[in-house]
Amino acid sequence: MKALLQPHRIIMMLIAAGLVLWICLAGRWDWLGEPKYQTLILQGIWRTIWLMALSVLIGFTLAVPLGLAQASGPWYLAVPARAFCTVIRGTPLLLQIWLWYYGLGSLFPGIPWIRESELWPILRQAWPYALLALSLSYAGYEGEVMRGAFASVPRGQIEAARAMGMPRHKILTRISFPQALQSVLPTLGGETVLQLKATPLVATITVLEIYAASSRVRQDLLITYEPLFFVAAVYLVLAGVIVLGFGWLESRRPRRTA
Amino acid sequence: MESTFGLLALSPPGWGGTLLIALWASIRIAVGAFGIGLVIGLAGAYGKIYGGPVLRDCLSVYTTMVRALPELILILLLYFGLTDLLNRALMALDFGRIQISGVVAGIIVLGVVQGAYATEILRGAILAVPSGQIEAAKAMGMPARKVASRITLPTMLGLALPGLSNLWLIATKDTALMAIVGFNELTLATRQAASTTKAFFTFFIAAGLIYLVITLLSTWGFARLERWARRGDPPRQTGGR
Repeated sequence: MKALLQPHRIIMMLIAAGLVLWICLAGRWDWLGEPKYQTLILQGIWRTIWLMALSVLIGFTLAVPLGLAQASGPWYLAVPARAFCTVIRGTPLLLQIWLWYYGLGSLFPGIPWIRESELWPILRQAWPYALLALSLSYAGYEGEVMRGAFASVPRGQIEAARAMGMPRHKILTRISFPQALQSVLPTLGGETVLQLKATPLVATITVLEIYAASSRVRQDLLITYEPLFFVAAVYLVLAGVIVLGFGWLESRRPRRTA
Repeated sequence: MESTFGLLALSPPGWGGTLLIALWASIRIAVGAFGIGLVIGLAGAYGKIYGGPVLRDCLSVYTTMVRALPELILILLLYFGLTDLLNRALMALDFGRIQISGVVAGIIVLGVVQGAYATEILRGAILAVPSGQIEAAKAMGMPARKVASRITLPTMLGLALPGLSNLWLIATKDTALMAIVGFNELTLATRQAASTTKAFFTFFIAAGLIYLVITLLSTWGFARLERWARRGDPPRQTGGR
């Protein structure tokens, strides 16, 4: 608290407050009151949240075997896993999103059994491709992180477990995975914020998330800045929630006692 | 599939030439943005370490804001904001309006974004230089500029290069964001080629391979550079894995 009360910080905070006030008063904010845009924005925020949460969940589920294959798998699993991570990390996410959406999207209508299947009404929309691209991208980046985490679990513990006759899957669930997860939590928090920052890219394939909603407002009302400031604030809040959430997860992990 | 490879030919009706021109634009933006980022980063790192409390806090606000907001929104805000401010300033001085070209805008905007990350990377590297060396140089009466150019910068280079290598890879991939602002770089040219010819997989995979080659070449180059920068270092302990 004392750190915040230094004179120059008070002045800086006053300037910041003044800027926010000026943006609020001088800007055009009447669109926030219109029900049409309210639903658009709320739906947009909701879409951003679940796209991010679901892609992080799916991506992480894929990242664990990817990391394990690279850290301790046989070469015929390690090499493809490594290649997958390199390709994902070496190409722009926007290109990946467009590859899945335009590529698969142009391929599927030509295949009769897909068009007649129950899933077709879903596959005709844009969000499955957005979710696919975001999940694979997260898996690629986190696969690399998990590789390091699995490799850093002390060898002696795994050897000890093996000597005690633990089966391999039990070594994984009881020893390797919990320790790898603990060491990787801070990195994962940062990467999840990066994933949040990647979600506006799916606006380019017509998924109406919060960024796309703000572009709609900008085009409808011909205003440049206000919607951008608004989404910036939304992303700041969401990023703050993620950081706090991961901080809470980290504080729950058991402390070393001996 | 086999017939679509002809579409990658360099001369029309192939789209290879278009892609290569767009690739050149991408590389120019990436190099320019990375360069501006390095300049901002170096100034920012020195400011964060040696600056007064006000400068330090201002730099913290800059790095935190840039790293917390999506690049796409920063690009739009800076792109419109900077052109607006510049034109208002020019109008006030009785000059006509100017239109900033896409390449220049892209370089400046991505450079500002890169600068925030570079500030943190370089700050960490400078702080990792053993303080005894800097004190010794000061005790010998070296002026501050010479301490920077002879002691701090050469020593920290090896420590900063892994981070800078990552940053360069981000710069090459972030050029794709310029596609959304309508600037004709590799990703946008690829989409145009793909949607004209309907050979989506061919073009997107070809562009992906180009990006991948850039990534692999840069990783190799930065690794060599790091070996060169560390040539005088004492042998490092290799990790306990």
